[in-house]
Amino acid sequence: MSYTAIVDYGVGNLFSIASSLKYLEIESVVTNDAEILKGASHIILPGVGAFGDAMEKLKSTGLVPVLTELVKEGKPIMGICLGMQMLFEKSFEYGEHEGLGWIKGIVRPLEESFKAKNIDLKIPHMGWNSLTFAKTGTPVLKYVKEGDFVYFVHSFYADDCADALKAWADYGVKIPAVVARDNVFGCQFHPEKSGNIGLSILKAFSEI
Amino acid sequence: MLTKRIIPCLDVRNGRVVKGVNFEGIRDVEDPVEMAAFYNASGADELVFYDITASVEARPLFDDVLRRVAERIFIPLTVGGGINSLEDFDRVLKAGADKVSVNSGAIRNPDLISEAAKRYGDQCVVLSMDVKRVDGKYHLFAKGGREDTGIDALQWAVRGQNNGAGEIVLNSIDTDGVKNGFDLEMLQDLSELVTIPIIASGGAGKMSDFSELFEKIPGVDAGLAASIFHFREVDIRDLKKYLRDSGVNVRL
Repeated sequence: MSYTAIVDYGVGNLFSIASSLKYLEIESVVTNDAEILKGASHIILPGVGAFGDAMEKLKSTGLVPVLTELVKEGKPIMGICLGMQMLFEKSFEYGEHEGLGWIKGIVRPLEESFKAKNIDLKIPHMGWNSLTFAKTGTPVLKYVKEGDFVYFVHSFYADDCADALKAWADYGVKIPAVVARDNVFGCQFHPEKSGNIGLSILKAFSEI
Repeated sequence: MLTKRIIPCLDVRNGRVVKGVNFEGIRDVEDPVEMAAFYNASGADELVFYDITASVEARPLFDDVLRRVAERIFIPLTVGGGINSLEDFDRVLKAGADKVSVNSGAIRNPDLISEAAKRYGDQCVVLSMDVKRVDGKYHLFAKGGREDTGIDALQWAVRGQNNGAGEIVLNSIDTDGVKNGFDLEMLQDLSELVTIPIIASGGAGKMSDFSELFEKIPGVDAGLAASIFHFREVDIRDLKKYLRDSGVNVRL
């Protein structure tokens, strides 16, 4: 029986992700067990809260080498929100923290970029924003149309990630919304809170 | 750019939605899951569930409602009513809430906002306030608008923001139930003082009240209403089309 593993490393509420997979009739397991991760067809890396704290917690589970190996083997993995930001090389959220480095790019505070560009928008970027597609596509967006709305809640964003950019949202700056590199995917928004559009992204991911 | 949000609010008592009119196609207007699904399909951007159950004994019923809604509806869910402690935050978040709205609980214990923001993040904490003009000043009211605290409402909002509230719901008692439009003056005064998102509540009676709100007070991010949606006086899908045609950016 194939299943999707939702990585449980003590960060955030996994109820909505598990519920949305259940709604889609996708078998899922919330786990921090290396063997269960290895047996999964797909892996979802969730995350809310602060980058440094979340990376520490993930490292303390001892799962980083396991996940890195599974990524190398080609297993599809999707990071959501902070989980997406953790896919990058590093983050400047309250200091400088090293990320998983599976996708090239750096996470920066929106506040810094807004100040530099004199942008007067509220932080966090919270609410429904529309997607604009990048030049190259990705299978996770196969059911999504350009202009479709998804739900964001974040104060930091990925920068210098043009190579992996698949879709972005306009919020004063170009906010990378969907990134992908080979079998690694990331959504800055919450697909599990983005109505039918979000569900279609989770479905498309499960079909990879 | 971010859309303006339309948020219906459902009052729940003893695990049932406080009765509205019979909607076509809905068998049970008191079933929170059916009502949530209906609003979701109509294009609601978020749902607010307000627990108006009087007794603590009935709390588990509300949590069960929330869990059943969160298993079926995949848009942001905010919960309010009876939130007095971090344990209450924990209880409703585990049952599937994304944001938690505090009102009287924060008046009794102002540290609740900062403690909750620290534990769950600013985006999770919504400060809800009932405000009424008294002698030309905005007073904060407690206990569902029944008790004048004498606190200056605008200062309370600023304090809430500084303590880590991620959003503010401003419910004007002066316009609530009058159905003659939102309290634009009060909302304008608030929007000049806070930078976090403002959700306007109280006074919506027709579609043009929403377009007027968003056009005149650009600092308002969302409009919340209960009875006009519940009694089908305004259909959310029609409202959003109307807003789009009026030049307001909405999710359709």
